[in-house]
Amino acid sequence: MLIRWAAIGVVIAGIVGAFAYTGGWFSPHRLTPARFIDTFEKVNGIHPGFRRNHAKGLCISGYFDSNGQGVRLSRASVFKVGRVAVIGRFSLAGGQPYAADGPAAVRGLGLRFEPREGEEWRTAMIDLPVFAVRTPEGFYEQLLASKIEPATGKPDPAKMTAFLAAHPETVRAIGIIKAKPFSSGFANATFSGLNAFRFWNADGVSTPVRWSMVPVDAFAPEEPAGEQNKNYLFDALIARVHRGPVQWHLIVTLGQPGDPTDDATLPWPDTREHIDVGTLTIDNVEDEAHGRCRDINFDPLVLPWGIAPSDDPLLSARSAVYSQSFTRRAGETKQPSAVTPTEIRQ
Amino acid sequence: MGTQQFTLFSRILHWTMAAMILAMLFIGVAMVASLADYHLLISIHRPLGIAILVLVIIRYVNRRLNPPPPFLADMSSEERFVAHASEMMMYAMMLVLPLIGWGMLSAARYPIVLYGPLYLPPILPHSPMLYAVLRKTHTIVAYLFFATFIAHFSAVLFHSLILRDHLIDRMVPWKVSAESTPARP
Repeated sequence: MLIRWAAIGVVIAGIVGAFAYTGGWFSPHRLTPARFIDTFEKVNGIHPGFRRNHAKGLCISGYFDSNGQGVRLSRASVFKVGRVAVIGRFSLAGGQPYAADGPAAVRGLGLRFEPREGEEWRTAMIDLPVFAVRTPEGFYEQLLASKIEPATGKPDPAKMTAFLAAHPETVRAIGIIKAKPFSSGFANATFSGLNAFRFWNADGVSTPVRWSMVPVDAFAPEEPAGEQNKNYLFDALIARVHRGPVQWHLIVTLGQPGDPTDDATLPWPDTREHIDVGTLTIDNVEDEAHGRCRDINFDPLVLPWGIAPSDDPLLSARSAVYSQSFTRRAGETKQPSAVTPTEIRQ
Repeated sequence: MGTQQFTLFSRILHWTMAAMILAMLFIGVAMVASLADYHLLISIHRPLGIAILVLVIIRYVNRRLNPPPPFLADMSSEERFVAHASEMMMYAMMLVLPLIGWGMLSAARYPIVLYGPLYLPPILPHSPMLYAVLRKTHTIVAYLFFATFIAHFSAVLFHSLILRDHLIDRMVPWKVSAESTPARP
């Protein structure tokens, strides 16, 4: 009888144990989405209601005119000839919602394409040609190494040196990023999806791709940091949109066999075929409290049928961590954003 | 006396859903702690949850049409109450948990993708606060479901290994004839 009782105990403990193991209770040091966001909060402080990264932002809306060139690559309805409504958000990287605009900050563009028929597409891009890290772990270590030390007001140089020593791919990527000057603002910046994806068309043919939004506005190099208004980048964008619609071409780069799809730090050769699949027009800006972007998670894996993730390990991790950030801020009381309705009306 | 079985259809539904629900609970708990497998797991989690929602409706209708066999004669009224209540609680959770999932994705304005171009419409207005509450409720009900499953499974093991009353014969997938079932000693 005792053996039978023991058997019951072992079976039940086994199931409960397997459940707890699967949930990560036995591995407290595992890098989970929650731990990622905890670390963002540790590095930046907690700013309730705001995104844990790319916290400072502005809502935009407009439309995408597809020219039909994408149809041969992807069956997604967004690429059929016609106009698709778009909402989006311009942002600055970092977890400080009231940070001053400056030349050091990476700029972000999140977009949500909403075709009347067919599946929606979300993408979150930044104004860098390649990403600085290859894996979620690399991102996490970089985040810790970039933490501002309260004593100096700067990151600890020893930590950054140690991080770079362990990540030669980041050193190489920074070299590529710094090789070209940044643009002077949001409206004339090129935003890249960075991660590779797969397009597949009506015949089932799959193509590895990367995409970028290439501005119509002429390039002008970034001004050095000066005595600007702390929202000068956003204010310039608002003024630009008030003068008239701002446009970008959606350029799809086709990968060839052997081009890395699992490493966002590596560029593809310039000789790869680029296809202009349509034009994005932004004709409206709104602050976060009044626009529709604040409560949208620009999850890069909200994809239409016809676009699929690649084997890039960053993609699933981005989706998981964005979701965690969204869940936390969703339940928090919202504070006014740095870019105010008053600035938008000016 | 011998044991009467559930109908074959009821038994198939029970075991199919048991496997689906257990898989679902493990996928759920793995998904929220995973970076690398998050996307794959959530892509399974959504359609599997909706499949459970559809099946539990079929199962409830089937239960009304084909009532369960009587409990064993020697079960006390307290035992019967606990067994019945835990079954009803599991039915409720099978229904509510997928609905909360569907509702919370609706409130967050995530597309509710089943597979490929197959989508479900949102069932709630876009509201981050509503999403936050439902998201938390989803987790709490899921843990409650796991605890109820453990209680249910422990009770079955207790009946089978300690009481050895062949209660499990009511639900085993194969045919057990009432005559061949030995009476409880």
